[in-house]
Amino acid sequence: MHELAICQSLINQVESIALQHQARNVSLIVVGIGPLSGVEAQLLKNAYPIASAGSVAENTELVIEYLPVKVKCNKCGCESDALPNKLVCKQCGNWQTSLVSGDELLLMSVELEKDDAPKDSPSITSIH
Amino acid sequence: MCDTCGCNITHGNENFIKPGGKLHKTESGKEAVTVLHSLLNENDHTAKHNKDHFDQHQVLAINLMSSPGAGKTALLEATIQQLDKDIKIAVIEGDLETENDAERIRQHGVEAIQISTGSACHLDAHMIHQALHNLDLSKFDIVFIENVGNLVCPASFDLGQHLDVTLLSVPEGDDKPAKYPVMFRKSDLVVISKSDLLPILDDFKPERAKGYLQDIASTAPILELSSKNKQGMPEWIDWINQQISKRKQYLQQHPVTAGNHSHTHEHHHG
Repeated sequence: MHELAICQSLINQVESIALQHQARNVSLIVVGIGPLSGVEAQLLKNAYPIASAGSVAENTELVIEYLPVKVKCNKCGCESDALPNKLVCKQCGNWQTSLVSGDELLLMSVELEKDDAPKDSPSITSIH
Repeated sequence: MCDTCGCNITHGNENFIKPGGKLHKTESGKEAVTVLHSLLNENDHTAKHNKDHFDQHQVLAINLMSSPGAGKTALLEATIQQLDKDIKIAVIEGDLETENDAERIRQHGVEAIQISTGSACHLDAHMIHQALHNLDLSKFDIVFIENVGNLVCPASFDLGQHLDVTLLSVPEGDDKPAKYPVMFRKSDLVVISKSDLLPILDDFKPERAKGYLQDIASTAPILELSSKNKQGMPEWIDWINQQISKRKQYLQQHPVTAGNHSHTHEHHHG
């Protein structure tokens, strides 16, 4: 049930981005979730209408991108797909691996609507 | 996290933001803002702040996690009795309701703060921050945070602790690491608690639990321990002492400056 708390945190971030860019509306939110983040995508979706009620993100489409679990072998260096509870190297079977992807819990992007937006407004990227 | 610039582009998400990727294009009249921030940005910020508090006072913070009834409070009681008396302990207790666990700790003469989470299934960094306002950290060497009994939610929230310890009690079964990989993967030490029950509940095989931990690429040491008959307690106490010295050494090499720990609010400690 921690998905509601996480969803509230998401809405806070979206609200501050919308404010920062003086946006009228938020038309799309994309989050990226890996299975090892400990967050259930469906529960996040269920929590979304409750957390977003009355905010600038109310009724905004929420898209969840599922990020794969990938590991890199500490022995043979091979990068392979893995299961959340089987993070072993597919190539050589070694269990000493490092996680390359799969524990993400990210707000990836938001799409904003502005009153004075020119027709071909540039895409702004702010990676921190 | 990317090694080069510290941003959050990983192998899992780079495809989405590369030219031609799903997030790269947007309809005209709209503005796409690529963010790539953790959804728990606010929590992580407060967690960092908590860690700075601990480090300023050279206090080691250990987060104890497990399912309900795995013996976290019993382990703390045994620890209080066996740890060198020169090492000053404080405990932050998290439960949905009651002061029961804090009362148990206080009976041993140790300061304990109870956080009642109401219906929340985990502690978060803000709750710990509130608790720290009521704890004079200059008096302590180690703070144990006993998280809410739950193998799911606490794993997602950084509290500012230095180390995570997860208890896996014998009655729960040896396959818990395979069922709850998120929590066990982030543990710095796994304690197989209630080891005095191993002869009775002989379907629990410690070797099998170790195998499941290897499957999730865990390099954490595993300790069989009984707070009741004290098996494994010397190793546990040794581990704590080592971690205290390691942290002190680290802080000597990386001292915390006042600038690292800025406040936007007044603190009332004590």
